[in-house]
Amino acid sequence: MIDIGLGHYLTLGAVIFSIGVIGIFLNRKNIIVILMSIELILLAVNINLVAFSIYLGDLAGQVFTLFILTVAAAEAAIGLAIIVVYFRNSGTIRVEEIDKLKG
Amino acid sequence: MIAHAIFFYTFSIIAVVSAIMVTASKNTVHSVFFLILDFISISCLFIMIGAEFLGMIMLIVYVGAVAVLFLFVVMMLNVAQQKNQWFAGQQSSKHIPVGLIISMLIFVEVIIVIGGWKYKPEIFDINNSIAQTSISNTHSLGQILYTDYIHVFQISGMILLVAMVGAIVLTFRQRSGVKRQSYIKQISRERAEGVEVLEVQSNKGVKIDD
Repeated sequence: MIDIGLGHYLTLGAVIFSIGVIGIFLNRKNIIVILMSIELILLAVNINLVAFSIYLGDLAGQVFTLFILTVAAAEAAIGLAIIVVYFRNSGTIRVEEIDKLKG
Repeated sequence: MIAHAIFFYTFSIIAVVSAIMVTASKNTVHSVFFLILDFISISCLFIMIGAEFLGMIMLIVYVGAVAVLFLFVVMMLNVAQQKNQWFAGQQSSKHIPVGLIISMLIFVEVIIVIGGWKYKPEIFDINNSIAQTSISNTHSLGQILYTDYIHVFQISGMILLVAMVGAIVLTFRQRSGVKRQSYIKQISRERAEGVEVLEVQSNKGVKIDD
């Protein structure tokens, strides 16, 4: 319990990942919160990569964390741009009202 | 060792609680603030276990750029009034057990995978060989990032460029009725079209029609 090892960090990553998944499923109002939950999931992946990289002594994990950061930033920018355009066109970003593709 | 444990539990409890608050908070602006708190505590954890460079990059990229982007969009779209409620209405309540079951399944699976590492205990014995070297984390990361991973690094730069162009193209719109300066029109203006010499009769004004 006191001796912090790799397992502690992996458990923290698992907890944050699950909270992100819960956020995607349970949030029925606001699509921006869904994007934030995706950011949480990417953060959990980063925790796993960095913990493995430190405890196995291999720097490749940290390099890939850097690339995940890059892709997460790009994804947030594009996602928010899409949300802004959708809000301009339809006037709402509530999740239950976005059903144009439903048929 | 005890200090390591204290810091780990402090930051991870803050991270987990703020992650819960991101999804559960009624106000979207509060969600963004809890997201920032989450990133800060995770970057403190990174710095603590010896990945200083990534911790700092995390602060700069996530707190400085991504979270501020979220905040801008939340305030621009004026969604602060649209309350974010978990248990509102019939529509949402049937998603709650599905979401809970799926996320709990994922959690249990990941924990089982982590428990599997217990059977390979020599993994845990390789203790922190990066920190024992004389060069710093940033130095060693730079040494392999610009040599072994240079192509991936440049491709990630291209991804950022594409994201920037895409975001601009998506949100750009031509507005009508906005007065703009036209430099070429101003520069190419000649005397003949700007000045007119009129014969002014006495006691009568000049009628100017624009």
